Amino acid sequence: MASNSSGGSSDRQRIAKQRLRIIAGHLQRPADDDSAVGAAECTAQGSKTDASSEERTVPRRRHEIMKWNGWGYSDSKFVYNKKGQAEFTGKRYRLSGMIIPGLKDWMENTFGATLQHKTPATPILNSSAVQAPTLNEVFVEELKSTHIPFSHDAEDRVFRAHGHCLHEIFALREGKIGRVPDLVVWPSCHSDVEKIVELACKHNVCLIPYGGGTSVSSALECPPEETRSIVSLDTSQMNRILWIDEKNLTAHVEAGIVGQDLERLLNESGYCTGHEPDSMEFSSLGGWVATRASGMKKNIYGNIEDLVIHIKMVTPQGVIEKSCQCPRMSTGPDVHHFIMGSEGTLGVVTEVTLKIRPVPEYQKYGSVVFPNFEQGVACLREVAKQRCAPASIRLMDNEQFKFGHALKPQVSSIFTSFLDGLKKLYITKFKGFDPNRLCVATLLFEGDREKVLQHEKQVYTIAAKFGGLAAGEDNGQRGYMLTFVIAYLRDLGMDYYVIGESFETSVPWDRVLDICRNVKARIVRECKEKGVQFPPLSTCRVTQTYDAGACVYFYFAFNYRGLSDPIHVYEEVEHAAREEILANGGSLSHHHGAPTGSRLSQRARRVQARCSISWWTAGEVAAPGLVPQPHSLRRFGRRLRAKAPLRLGWPRPPAGAEAGVRTPSRVRSGAPVCTMGQEPPAPVAQSEGAGDGLLQPPAGPSSGNTHSLMSLIVC
Amino acid sequence: MASKAVYSHRDPLLKKRDDFEDILEERRNSSDLRYALRCYTPVLYRGATPCKSSALKSMALQADQIHYVIKQVSKETGRTTEEVEEEASAILEEMAHHLQLSTVRFFAFALSKIFKTLFKSICVNEEGIQRLQQAIQEHPVVLLPSHRSYMDFLLMSYILYTYDLALPVIAAGMDFMGMKFVGEMLRMSGAFFLRRSFGGDRLYWAVFSEYVKTIIRNGFAPVEFFLEGTRSRTSKSLTPKLGLLNIVMDPFLKGEVFDITVVPVSISYERILEETLYARELLGVPKPKESTSALFKARKVLSEDYGSIHVYFGQPVSVRSIAEGRVDRCQFSLVPRHIPKRPNEDVQSFVNDAAYRLVRAQEENMVLKPWVLLASVLLQNQAAVQEPGIALDELTEKVLWLRHLSQQYGAFLHWPDHTPPSEVVSSSLSLHRGLVRISEGRVQLALAQGTQAGPVEQPSSFTPEEELLNQAVVVLSCASYRNQALHVFVRPALVATAMHTSSSNNKQEIFNTFNFLRNIFSNEFILCPGATVQDFEEACYLLVKTGAVQVTQQEVVVTERGQRTVAFLTAMLEPFLQGYQVVCRFLCQEAAETLTEKHFIPLVRKFILKQILAGRLRHVEALSSDLQKNALAALLRLGAVRKMNGEEQGTLKVSKVMVNSLEDTLGGKLPSLKAIVARL
Ligand SMILES: Cc1cc2nc3c(=O)[nH]c(=O)nc-3n(C[C@H](O)[C@H](O)[C@H](O)COP(=O)(O)OP(=O)(O)OC[C@H]3O[C@@H](n4cnc5c(N)ncnc54)[C@H](O)[C@@H]3O)c2cc1C
Repeated sequence: MASNSSGGSSDRQRIAKQRLRIIAGHLQRPADDDSAVGAAECTAQGSKTDASSEERTVPRRRHEIMKWNGWGYSDSKFVYNKKGQAEFTGKRYRLSGMIIPGLKDWMENTFGATLQHKTPATPILNSSAVQAPTLNEVFVEELKSTHIPFSHDAEDRVFRAHGHCLHEIFALREGKIGRVPDLVVWPSCHSDVEKIVELACKHNVCLIPYGGGTSVSSALECPPEETRSIVSLDTSQMNRILWIDEKNLTAHVEAGIVGQDLERLLNESGYCTGHEPDSMEFSSLGGWVATRASGMKKNIYGNIEDLVIHIKMVTPQGVIEKSCQCPRMSTGPDVHHFIMGSEGTLGVVTEVTLKIRPVPEYQKYGSVVFPNFEQGVACLREVAKQRCAPASIRLMDNEQFKFGHALKPQVSSIFTSFLDGLKKLYITKFKGFDPNRLCVATLLFEGDREKVLQHEKQVYTIAAKFGGLAAGEDNGQRGYMLTFVIAYLRDLGMDYYVIGESFETSVPWDRVLDICRNVKARIVRECKEKGVQFPPLSTCRVTQTYDAGACVYFYFAFNYRGLSDPIHVYEEVEHAAREEILANGGSLSHHHGAPTGSRLSQRARRVQARCSISWWTAGEVAAPGLVPQPHSLRRFGRRLRAKAPLRLGWPRPPAGAEAGVRTPSRVRSGAPVCTMGQEPPAPVAQSEGAGDGLLQPPAGPSSGNTHSLMSLIVC
Repeated sequence: MASKAVYSHRDPLLKKRDDFEDILEERRNSSDLRYALRCYTPVLYRGATPCKSSALKSMALQADQIHYVIKQVSKETGRTTEEVEEEASAILEEMAHHLQLSTVRFFAFALSKIFKTLFKSICVNEEGIQRLQQAIQEHPVVLLPSHRSYMDFLLMSYILYTYDLALPVIAAGMDFMGMKFVGEMLRMSGAFFLRRSFGGDRLYWAVFSEYVKTIIRNGFAPVEFFLEGTRSRTSKSLTPKLGLLNIVMDPFLKGEVFDITVVPVSISYERILEETLYARELLGVPKPKESTSALFKARKVLSEDYGSIHVYFGQPVSVRSIAEGRVDRCQFSLVPRHIPKRPNEDVQSFVNDAAYRLVRAQEENMVLKPWVLLASVLLQNQAAVQEPGIALDELTEKVLWLRHLSQQYGAFLHWPDHTPPSEVVSSSLSLHRGLVRISEGRVQLALAQGTQAGPVEQPSSFTPEEELLNQAVVVLSCASYRNQALHVFVRPALVATAMHTSSSNNKQEIFNTFNFLRNIFSNEFILCPGATVQDFEEACYLLVKTGAVQVTQQEVVVTERGQRTVAFLTAMLEPFLQGYQVVCRFLCQEAAETLTEKHFIPLVRKFILKQILAGRLRHVEALSSDLQKNALAALLRLGAVRKMNGEEQGTLKVSKVMVNSLEDTLGGKLPSLKAIVARL
């Protein structure tokens, strides 16, 4: 039980406050000294490390190069050419301009999707379908005076109203536009963001940070019931590397930079971060921080939480940042851990210091075939046990292996498949692998040439113990290349009645096989029960290994011909699948972020809450309004009203936090992390209340435990 | 889907049941030898590779769970792990099945011969077989046959072999092991043996549960066991034992398999081989220890006609769907799965409910023969009238009336079509001629002589007690047939009795009494825990539907034409009601301070014998030790009797006040039922 209203705890409170002051001291920016602000001001436009505008991948008007209702670049997509063969257009990717002969048959055989049954998307955005913007005139007026560019063009606004969830893209294809931001602003540096946030607070405007827009957790959706003006804060123009520190191997970067630019620019200086989520072409540094992203090569470089040294975030209360750039600290809970994963609900991440590494001398792909998935998992487990995982190791199940096979392009040396000719014969006939059971692991090694070769040997020796056969570099490379084009494939599917999506989980080792089997089976069963007319594609792969478990990706797609509300069916099945994941000891998400919004039923939300709570208590931090909650965006908007500089504190020991977290009322609240069980207090009450507004514990005996965590920050 | 079959009791009349096919017919027309040697290629679960029994053993022994327990035991006892391992492997050796196709073929041949001499027909619902075949391919399967005879599991395997289905691995009681040769034969036909009690032996439990789970997890074979735990000597379904059900559901709950299919199987015998054997056992003539020689003595049975057997494979039940919303499987992710953990409350109550539902599913698909109705009428008649017997046409009329009633109540009655009722009656009577006597057109139970039981002696040489016991053998044998129909009537009968006992029309009062009776009798009959309201509603629904009562907001009133039904139903429960009362009386009047559980049965039996001989009790059925045990269990459950621990280990402490008032309430003598109901 915890509440500042309870008299008996005043002693504890006093101690807590004291502690709070100490911690706050570490974090607090000197009240009237701006020198702590990043070394580079906006005016430093011409600095050497700045990516020149030609190099910028992401223009302000994104729709000029990217699809407004699909994945990626407008010029790149899968199409069926005149001969009825699948082809990938454009020039950007290795696969570009190539014919993929097997794809059509695979689509037909897997989904029953034929060329005759087409579901083309609405080709162009019909601006009249877009609601007129609700503009907050005063806000706009003052914004103008800051000279920060903004727009209320329908196209700009629609583009920022969504991430890449199936339902979001499906609706766009149908030309259905829901609530969209009323305004888009493009700050170009930290101080721009400060100005915007301040104005938003002042004029009661709701802000939604927008990075690369690759969110798959509905985090960018505008709450339809939001009545205030919604402003999308597009960070894409904050994309400079501000400095590189070669002595400490760190780089200080603006949060809007997208993955491909970051790597490219660092490479020019001989460095890399090694952080490569599959969405790295488009997702941004700030987005990674906000979603706790995970990169493919985390085995060498770590996940985002391992990479981050320093974060600067603008909140309604002011700027949060640590006062040093140290590798580790033991001064209370780490503020970074409540910023990471907050999905834009607490503030705008503007600058980040990341670890960097020299570009590796040597890279080598590889692949291994296993007679079955069980053996493959056993091998990955052993590799993890011996802690010799390569930069990346991924295990595809049989269906995915076949899928990869179907994506093999016509003629190309790097695309020859081991299943061709003699090799196929060798594996299936001589080794007795069942083509309907075998599965493939793809590998990526990185480092010194010699060490890589040694490492490779070690891994292949382990693989051999589990019946694995080396299947060549090409297969490995092709596997990784496909991760970049696979997102494009969904658009092709949607042209032909096929909808699908992936979701992921993390799970202890002893559960991996069970979860894979059960979730796949559940998907199939649910589809049948929900009236899906065609057998679904239900497949998985193990994409990351840890000491204590693994990350598993599920892909699920089906032909929706004959269904009146396919998205609803899809969501119900996905919901069931997630329920199955939880029942089998998996987490709700390894890296995509908490799936939110209407598509999870009450019950799932409850489970989700419980699930995330355990994550949270593990983090041992509870901070005010630290709620990556479904649609806590509006709360963010409210929060923006408070103006006092942030003082972070820790008024009570974590035990109190725990007691609060466990109350059932909170579990039911639907907030994954529960600092507030109920709706936040009304904005008016906050701003007119005692000074610090939002972060101030509400006066009076409010809902007991629920507020104990809210009260973590005390004036 | 499947789950609904178990849970739907809406309208028993609408129940559609499959048709039967006689599998002996083909055996009578073709070579048994060829049949025994024919090609046997059952479909398996998802192409699981069949597993040799030795491989299975080593797989089970290597399981983490066993390692864990071995380590624990060795730590606690100070024995080396090797020693404990050896013990584990010895346990497994003693337990494991050793299925061999050759033995199965031998049985296929021998049983064909035996079955053909014993039975007119063995009828199986083929649709059920098809469903089973489908289920076996999709998920690991658990077969749950009812248990009325030693025959049961041989019969099951015989049927599965006949239909080319995967042979089950069967949990059997250790008592078979007494019969050296037979025990081994059974082992080779797929039985594995469990000690009857292994109380706190953790190692035994671990080995045994891991053995079963290994089979389930890999889907090597259907696992078969008897939910009732033991053969029912009374033909009533026994309250389910949960141990094995817990074990087989575990792999699903822990996510080790996607689903498990449970198939309740109802085996109904027109005449039970062990008929009088059971009756004598219930009366305290000690059960002959299963020995091979005793079995050979049973050869006498071979010369008799045992009518037909009906085997109904029920709707497969998906454990996943019945667990949906009942069990939060997340709970199993917080502790490594190989560490044995007592199931928590929601799991326990889930398994308990499931077990009851499954036993009910068995009951519902039990085929009832005309004789079951005859036995019910004859028993009631025998208890009611002093005049010996009942006229044949009166009997026929009553049976026809009862046929109609039971059909309306949804009984699965097998009444021969197109045969005149009188013929049906007389052929039933002749099949059971050991139990009934017909003289001068009057039918009565064959009470006077002890022909069926034991050697024929001069009647005069019997003491009154012995004579009574001999009569009781016949009554109990007969009762075991009536009991087959109990599940059809028990709920309406409880309401009828409640109306009678509470002698009121007030619905609430009747419900209270019903609730009380249901509670008292929940060791006696299969009454799903927590389903009081449903049961009451179901009972009222049936009573109203057949026009026996009218139910209004406030009242339940017997109609004119309902008198007969209500009288019949009340009479049906009467032996139980009186039996429980007399047990209560015994505890109040005779029970000494030092009464132990062990001595309870002999003492209560002696007491009841006296009461009957003194004319204070009419119902001979009260002599059944089954009834006495159930009554005691109920009293223990209700706290009217307590079992002492410590020094007075095993003694029973009787709360005379409570027992007394329970007796009064049962007899309808206590006006304020509410008080006692509240106390319970
Ligand atoms: C094809 C595909 C592949 C993917 N693969 C991976 C993968 O391998 N690993 C992985 O981890 N994820 C993956 N994702 C998910 C997604 O790319 C990540 O969640 C990514 O981190 C989101 O970054 P973004 O810049 O696109 O953020 P957005 O989608 O723009 O925003 C995501 C959330 O972060 C908030 N946010 C964005 N920028 C800021 C900021 N500067 N300050 C505060 N809040 C901000 C937004 O408000 C929003 O709530 C994938 C997604 C797709 C579509």
